[in-house]
Formats: sequence, C-alpha cells, structure tokens
Amino acid sequence: MKRVFLLAAALVAAPVTAATIAITGGTVATAVGDNVIENGTVIMRDGRITAVGKDIAVPAGATVIDARGKYVTPGLITAMSTLAISEVDAVNSTNDISARGTPFSAALDVSTAINPRATPIAINRLGGVTRAVTGPEIGSEIFGGQGAIISLADAGDILMRPRVFQLIELGEDGARAAGGSRPAAWLNLRNGFAEAQRYARNPAAFESGRDRDSLIKALDAAALVAVVEGREAAVVHVERASDIVEVLKLRSDFPKLRLILVGAREGWLVADKIAAAKVPVITLPLHDLPDQFETLASTRSNVGRLMAAGVIVGLGVFNGDSGAQPRNLPYFAGNAVAQAAVPGGVGLTRGQALATITRNPAQIFGLGDLGTLEVGKRGDVVVWDGDPLELTSAPVAVLIDGVAQPMTSRQTLLRDRYKDGKPTDMPLQYRP
Amino acid sequence: MRRSVLFALLGLSACATAPKPPPPAIANSKPPEVVAIPLDPYPSTYRAYPGVTTVIRNAVIYDGTGRKLAPGAVRLENGVVAEIGATVAVPAGATVIDAQGKYVTPGVIDIHSHLGDYPSPAVEANSDGNEATSPARPEVWAEHSIWPQDAGFARALAGGVTTMHVLPGSANLFGGRGVTLKNVYGRTAQDMKFPGAAYSLKMACGENPKRVYGSKGQMPQTRMGNIAYARQVWSDAVEYKRRWDDYTKRARLGTAKPTDAPRRDLAKDTLMGVLNGEILVENHCYRADEMANVIAMSHEFGYKVTAFHHAVESYKIADLLKAEGICSAMWADWYGFKMESYDGIRENIALVDRAGACAIVHSDDPNGIQRLNQEAAKAMAAGNRMGMGITPEHAWTWLSLNPAKGLGIDKRTGSLEVGKMADVVLWNANPFSVYARPERVWIDGALIYDWADPNRRPVADFELGQPGAGDPK
Repeated sequence: MKRVFLLAAALVAAPVTAATIAITGGTVATAVGDNVIENGTVIMRDGRITAVGKDIAVPAGATVIDARGKYVTPGLITAMSTLAISEVDAVNSTNDISARGTPFSAALDVSTAINPRATPIAINRLGGVTRAVTGPEIGSEIFGGQGAIISLADAGDILMRPRVFQLIELGEDGARAAGGSRPAAWLNLRNGFAEAQRYARNPAAFESGRDRDSLIKALDAAALVAVVEGREAAVVHVERASDIVEVLKLRSDFPKLRLILVGAREGWLVADKIAAAKVPVITLPLHDLPDQFETLASTRSNVGRLMAAGVIVGLGVFNGDSGAQPRNLPYFAGNAVAQAAVPGGVGLTRGQALATITRNPAQIFGLGDLGTLEVGKRGDVVVWDGDPLELTSAPVAVLIDGVAQPMTSRQTLLRDRYKDGKPTDMPLQYRP
Repeated sequence: MRRSVLFALLGLSACATAPKPPPPAIANSKPPEVVAIPLDPYPSTYRAYPGVTTVIRNAVIYDGTGRKLAPGAVRLENGVVAEIGATVAVPAGATVIDAQGKYVTPGVIDIHSHLGDYPSPAVEANSDGNEATSPARPEVWAEHSIWPQDAGFARALAGGVTTMHVLPGSANLFGGRGVTLKNVYGRTAQDMKFPGAAYSLKMACGENPKRVYGSKGQMPQTRMGNIAYARQVWSDAVEYKRRWDDYTKRARLGTAKPTDAPRRDLAKDTLMGVLNGEILVENHCYRADEMANVIAMSHEFGYKVTAFHHAVESYKIADLLKAEGICSAMWADWYGFKMESYDGIRENIALVDRAGACAIVHSDDPNGIQRLNQEAAKAMAAGNRMGMGITPEHAWTWLSLNPAKGLGIDKRTGSLEVGKMADVVLWNANPFSVYARPERVWIDGALIYDWADPNRRPVADFELGQPGAGDPK
C-alpha cells in the first residue's frame, strides 16, 4: 500500500524534461546586457540551458522548435503579484491576499495558500510569465506577512521558495493601519523589530513573566527574526520621497536588513540616495497621476531616472495597480522605452526594459538560476511571434524548466466555445 | 460664424417638451402659454481656442472611418477639417508640418470616464461620483461634481484624448446624468462641455447596486431585485411623461392653464428625456444574460439602450447586440477582479466587431484613458490571432467614430472628414505600437498639446507648486 503510494507520487513528481530541446533561428534577447543574437540557438537539456549563441549544432534527437522570424527571451518574472493566492479578487472566499480579522500579522505565510490550479496561472503563463513573486497585501497591521516565489508551470508543485520576504506597509496605508499617523506606524515597526531581537535572544522567555506585555504575538516576533537578521527580505511599501529616505535610515539601527522598496513613485526625487543604499525597487512605469498626496510627483520617468541613477528596478503588480496583470509586463516595459522619446522624459533602452521583467526581478530576489538565457540557467524560455515588448506580439511557445507548457487557459476555452456565434443543434454548453 | 453654428446645434437638441409652433388657432388670439421644462439650464460656455491654418502632410493617416491614407495629408482651418487626401492645398501663411514617418488620427474619444468626479488626488473629500443614497438617482448630474482642476485631464490629453464622456458611478441602478466634455481645461465644468452634445443616463446592472443596497438591508439585494426596482422606476416615469404630454397638448390647445402643469420631478425629467429619445442610456453591465434582461426591459418601457459599458460578455451575445443596434464599450483585457468579470476574454472586442455590432474601447480609469490606442492594439492582435485580419485603420473606429456614435456626436467629430471638428492627434510612430506617443493634439483646430513645448502642456491648479509639477509625465 505504502509502496504503491510512493510509486504513484514519484510518477507525478518526475520531471518530463528528459528530452533535449533546441530553439533555432530566432532573434534571441538574452537579457544579459543588451545582448541580442540574430539567428540564434538555445539548447536545453534536462531542464537547464546548455548552449546559447550562433552557429550551435543541434544535438541528435533534440526536439526542435523553429523560431525563424520569431523572438526568444527568458521567461518573464513578475517582481510582485498575487498569483496562486487569489482567483477572483472581489470574492473573499477565493482570495487569500490579506486577512483583517486575524490576531496575527508578520507570521502570516502565503505559501500555505498556494493553489497550483488557480486559473490566473495559465492565463498569465500564456503571456510569457514563468515565475512570480507572490505576496500578501496589508491586513490590519503594518506587517502584511510573508511572500513566496512560485513557478507558473503546469505542474502540481509550483512553490519554489516560501517565506522569501516580509511585506511592511508604511506611508499612508501603514499610518492608517497603525492607528492614524506615520509616527504610529514607525513605532509599530521599531517595536516589532525590537521584539524580534528579544525573541531571538530567548524564545522561551518571550511569553513568560514580565515579557507577557509584548504588543505582538510570539509567532509574529519569531517571523520577524528572519527579517532583522537579513535572512528574509523586507519589502517596504512607501511612495513619498520623505518616507523612502526614512526607510533607508533603518539600516543604521538594523544593519542586516535586506531592504526592497515597492511603489516608490517619488523615488526619482531621491534616486541617488536609493542607489547609494543599494536598495532595489519594485514598481510599474505608468504611474503618472497625483492620485494620493504621497504620490504627487508620480511620473512615467520614475523608472528611467531610478535606473539611470543605478537602482535595480523590477516590474511587479502591487495593490491591484489599476487593473494591471502580470501578463502585461511587456506592455509596461515597452512603455518605459517609449518614455525616452518624450522631450524631457527619461526612459529605458529595450535591453534595460527587458531586464526589468526578467533579470532584475531574479536578481532582487536572489534567483541566481533564472532571469537570463545563459548556460546553466533553468530552461525558462519564451518564443514570441514578434518584438516581445510590442502590444501585438504574443508567445507561441512557453517553456519552464525545459518543458513546453500547454498554450491553453480557461479564457482560450471560452473563446473557442463562442467563436462561431450562436448555438445551432445543441446549446453552447455542449461545445468543448 | 462659429457661435451661430453652436447655437443652431443646441436648438437641434431641444427637448420635445419645448413649445412647438402652435396649431392653427383662432385669429388675433395670443399664442397659449405653455409651461415647458428648461432644456439646457447649465449651458456650455466652451469656446474653441484660436488656431492657425495647419497642414500636416506626408503622414500615415487612419481617418477614423476605417480608411488609411499613406501618404496622407490633412488641412485644419477655422476649427474644422478643411481637406484630407494624399495631398492637400497649402494656403499662403499656413503652418506646414512634414510628418514623414509619423501618424495622424482623429482624437481619441473615451465614452466612459470619471475624470473630474473621481479626480486626483482620490481623497474622500474629492469622491463625488456615486450618490449612493438611493438606487435611483436620475436627478443628479455628473457635471455638478466635476472638478476642472483634475490633473487627469492633462494626462488624458497627453494620450491623445480630445473628447470624453464623464459618468456617475455604478453604485445605483440609475446613477444620474453623464456629460460629454471637450478635453480643454476650463475654469468651470461648463467651460468644458461639448456644445450641443446629448446628455446620457448612467444605469447599472449586476453586482454593484445589489451589493451597495443589499448590504444595507434595502432593495435591491438580488439581480431580480435590480430589475424589479428599475421596472417600477420606469413605470412611474412613463406615467410622468403621460401627464406632461397630456398637459402640453392641452396647453397648446389653450385648454390648460400654467397652473395645470404637472409638478416637476427632477429625477423623472431625466427619465422622460430618455423615453423621448433625447437622453442616451449608457448602461454598466458585465454579463450577457443581464444585458438581455435590460434589453427586454427597454422594450417593455419604450426606450433605447445606446451602449453597454464594460460588457465583458458581449462576445456571448454579439448577434443580439447587432440586431438591437447597441454598442459595447469594452476593455481589452481587464477581467476577473469581480465575479461578473470572470468570463472576460481578450477576443471580446474583436468578436463583437466581427458580428457587425458597434465596438468601442473605453477606459473607466484615469490611467487607462491615457493609452486607449494601446488597448485597441491588444484587442486587434487578439482578433488577428484568430485569423480575423483586422487592419489598424479599421481598429481605429473603436477609438473615435464608434464612441462618437455612442455619444450621438458622430456627425461632428470622431473622424477626419471635411467639415468635422479638427480634433486631431499627431503620433511620433504607429499608434498601435507600444513605442508611440502623441506629439501634438489639436482640438477644434487649436494646438492644445505639444510634447516639446512647456507652454502647450497644461498644469492643473492642484499641481502648481507641488513636487513634479510640469515634468513631462
């Protein structure tokens, strides 16, 4: 009985990657610098890239994907998302992004909610997204909980790394959660970090004796230990320039913090400080409205100016972002290129733009074997029918760990059911 | 000259309750006194800004009717399109723009915007889009919420939007009147009103009204409650109209005194305007089955739905929408954020268009309004991957002429045809490319945006003195 079970499990888990795959003849944008190889070849074996370049022989027995007239890029990585933890945002029962009614905060761990069958996974995979940072949004505390890294593969086990970062809300949202002011939010933050340090010194004593009056739960303090000690990143949501500067100061008291800013719409006003602190930024390049008082200086030049200053920027979808979806990452990146043409605007080169949705998110989250097309990296490769940043282009093949992924989703099924119009012999619900 | 044209157009939009020439009456008697509902108590004070005769030539033109001119040239003169063709005459003194490698289109028209009534900054004090105090509030008018210092107007202009329709929100079954604006800043909302454009009535079906009122323990709490509530409102409106029609008829015959006029009900004034065919119905609705319910309701009470908005399931009933002559105003790919948007697909716009129904790309969003051309590009590409062969010049109809039809202004703007308003965008590249941006925008022939000239880039009062003010966004 037990043995049967194990065998079955092994079958399911076994990678279907034994094959060697060669993608030939395409325009290969490697995301290494601005490197583009015309008529290039990418070879994958056992899920890893074994060769990238021109004039590379195709190994005998390889499955060949003809990419002539097409473009080849690394799989896209969204530097933030709620993929696999939300199906329909406005239907609470399908949405594990945040919890307002819980006594816990920092200890919340989205990896326990990852659903590999959530339909947004296939829908976004069809847009070329192969990996995602997936994370919580703020609940009732400034500590939102811990996010994870997932694969978008059509596979049972898509959780790659749990508890990769802690989401911390400061700025206007953090102030609201903390009771109504920025100073209140900062006290919550410093108290949480101090409690984590105290917990780390003596976990057993944390809930006993005089320590009982702690303002945070033992589990939350325990979760923050990894943040204070730099084993988990601190993803801090702030927008206003003054809030950004305040966050950067944190490392003088907590030197091991691995800070990542998310939002940072006014980042360009203090780009030199962010760059000097070597703190990366996750944002989108199309925010240009003064839609809150903390985002008055929003501009589509933010990403260009940050990167010009040396800040590493990855694009990601945070807090809904005006209907943004990870499958539209190329649209965001392409628009960052367009901004360079605007007199007085600062945009990106195409190579930089591609990096913001491939190499940079990988670098920000320490995914060393993802984000570029280089020998030894995981076989996450997308073949596009045109310039990957163009609105009219789409993937024609998506490979994850060297495995060609199905090019269908719930949306393509709906399309196919309705493409021929009204019912004839039988109701449409009988169409496949 | 221009003013008299505007006044003539205003006259055309006159409500049927206006006095018509009295019937043949007894000689020498005074015409009877007829109480009428004022047609336009908050008239437009918009005036076109001065322009110069401008020729744009050697461009690729998508003219908005589905035609492409390459090379194409257009002459803007006296506020209108004076000539369009492969070449056009160049009058002495005209400004000539050589647009080699560039594109020219009609200005983008967004049929669904909340700029001004949900302005930036989106603080509670500025939240003026939903009068969510009753499921039926046809008496409120979006224009009375519009704050003309919304920075969003400037951003939309930089995205090539020359006309927009600002609607109340969708909390109510009957949200109130929408208003069409020229995207030219004014000191007042009236300064921005598109002269002579019809009003709309914003309606909503589905989740929003039943959630907003159901959660208060009020009707509607269900979709059947939505329809039942709306039917009663329409039924009451029909009765109101009957009383006004009867009074007006009798008054014209001299058999009714002014004191016999029915008591005015501002809510029902709007509904009567719909029943008289003077006010358009712009109906927020996601699901196909609910759109069908609304269509049946419109037949029951004798009004016309001009457009369904959001309409993420229009592809399921494109044949019905074609038969009914109802437009669908849609996103390219928003879906899944609420249950009724769960079945959205990227091919929606293309499938509606293929069925011969009126397809419109809309935004409902202060950020999305800035790149409606890009949404159209995505929708076109999705259709073409199904083998539809949609050309860019055809897809442009989704951005200007079709929304103009959905607002009843298609005889005046929405395409580059001789005599129409010179609402024009010059793009630095193909506007269906992600790399394209508007370089210049003309509205009624006035150069109202120039990406290279800070004096032609508006800055709303709110942004003055704030960080980032005047930065080319």
